[in-house]
Amino acid sequence: MPPLFQARHLTKRYGDATVVNDLSFHIAPGECLGLIGPNGAGKTTTIRMCLGQTTPDSGEITALGLEMPAQAQAIKAQLGVVSQMDTLDPDFTCAENLLVFGRYFGLPKAAVQARIPALLDFAALAHKAKAKPGELSGGMKRRLSLARALVNDPQLLLLDEPTTGLDPQARHLMWERLQQLLQQGKSILLTTHFMDEAERLCHRLLVIDHGRAIAEGQPRELIARHLEPEVVEVYGGAGSEAQALAHSPLAALANRVEVSGETVFFYTQDAKPLLAALADHPTLRTLHRPANLEDLFLKLTGRQIREEG
Amino acid sequence: MLPVTTSTTALTHPPIASHWRAPHLSPRFWPVFLRNLLVWRKLAIPSLVGNIAEPLIWLVAFGYGMGLLVGEVQVAGPDGAARAVPYILFLASGSICMSAMNAATFEALYSAFSRMHVQKTWDGIMNAPVTLDDVLLAEMLWAAFKSLFTVTAILGVMLALGISHSPKLLVAWPVLLLVGITFSCIALIFNALAQGYDFFTYYFTLFLTPMMFLSGVFFPREQLPQLVLWLSNALPLTHAVLLVRPLFLDQWPTDAWLHLAVLLGYTVAAFWVALAFTRRRFSR
Repeated sequence: MPPLFQARHLTKRYGDATVVNDLSFHIAPGECLGLIGPNGAGKTTTIRMCLGQTTPDSGEITALGLEMPAQAQAIKAQLGVVSQMDTLDPDFTCAENLLVFGRYFGLPKAAVQARIPALLDFAALAHKAKAKPGELSGGMKRRLSLARALVNDPQLLLLDEPTTGLDPQARHLMWERLQQLLQQGKSILLTTHFMDEAERLCHRLLVIDHGRAIAEGQPRELIARHLEPEVVEVYGGAGSEAQALAHSPLAALANRVEVSGETVFFYTQDAKPLLAALADHPTLRTLHRPANLEDLFLKLTGRQIREEG
Repeated sequence: MLPVTTSTTALTHPPIASHWRAPHLSPRFWPVFLRNLLVWRKLAIPSLVGNIAEPLIWLVAFGYGMGLLVGEVQVAGPDGAARAVPYILFLASGSICMSAMNAATFEALYSAFSRMHVQKTWDGIMNAPVTLDDVLLAEMLWAAFKSLFTVTAILGVMLALGISHSPKLLVAWPVLLLVGITFSCIALIFNALAQGYDFFTYYFTLFLTPMMFLSGVFFPREQLPQLVLWLSNALPLTHAVLLVRPLFLDQWPTDAWLHLAVLLGYTVAAFWVALAFTRRRFSR
């Protein structure tokens, strides 16, 4: 099947700064593509280009057989967008928010009204139809934003950090709903800072930094390709006992060692000899776990805090 | 037949279309206008009181209070001959233009800025197939509509008070709609430039307040010094008053087409500038 969405060789400069640099990606029908990267990596600019809000200096975007930005309105008619900040109308009830937003698509009032109960149901907000956004919790607002993005029954959804700021319950409910949408055959472009979210929802990930793609693939496959399978975290103890281990003979038992603050990370193919050796240091605390997407992200983009972070 | 050329390598876009390109307007502005109407309907009665109470207090206090001191004012008629007019009628015919201006300005500054900048309503709307051009058109027409609503209410009270019973007030009504449109376009320029609400104080104190005193709302322009009179001739509110005042006196305005042309000129130019500035704001 041809891709539903394709971005080719996107470049965007602001003055001397190249914010997005020769970025290419595509989304297949029914696929969830995760766009991950540290703050300032170019995610927001990429999303803005995908929505036609800013024009790339070079490169091209096609979506649903149409060209962005030349046919932006025709594309947006078939797109659902949840932006980072809620843009719900505070003066309208949940139901009115959906009705008014449906009209922006040129949908007849009766057609939208017929869809509202199902949309509210999907957002688990059926009991809040007459409440205004100000009376909703953070998770409810995000779900109303999602329901609003579905008002035109889009094939493709652009979700910019849909769960940032939510508590675990609200986040899990959002994940469940996004899974449902994928099962219905919808495609999703998702940006997130949560690696567990990316791993859970995304079929494929695109890691970007400094405006460039630095890795692309399925989450498990990316981890296997870039990382040792096991991680032992060591911390605690008196003074800098943990850090000292990084330069001790014990470090040779790991393939790779990283120090971050008070914690030492040992990346290894087999943790058994390392754990045995660590038994000689009873004051230290250890955590043995499989390598995950967060390890990958930190390996690829570094541990230092970015300016915008 | 022209040869069809296909390019496989030319991925570079032409330079980004200028912010000053012509407005591209479509019927998609209508649901945005409707959105504002729907919000307002919920708050219409309290906002009505606020919208018309202040202009009426001014009219009654000044018109009857000052009117006793001033008595009558000389206004030139269509034949050039001066005619004595009661001060309350003189003031009412000018202040209705001022009310149209103020109502449109308030909506296009404070309310539009809330929707654009604070609530990010415009951003949400533009995720649907609605362009910024259409959003701005909707906001402009909405501010003009609210201005017309205010003006209509005040006209109703003026009729009830018997200040004027000129049948030509029916013509004044659409003229006042144009005045609302003109001033909402101008206000949207400042909306596009604002970083916060404080900015609007400059517009009011440096632009609108002096204009109120130079446009013949409170006293005849003829008594202004020549230099100031020239300045006054260039102000949109002056032309609004020159159109509306004769209609209150049951006369046809002189040089009506000139005054309409000035207001239309301001409208088109201001909308174009406001759109360019707003496009620039949203492209960043």
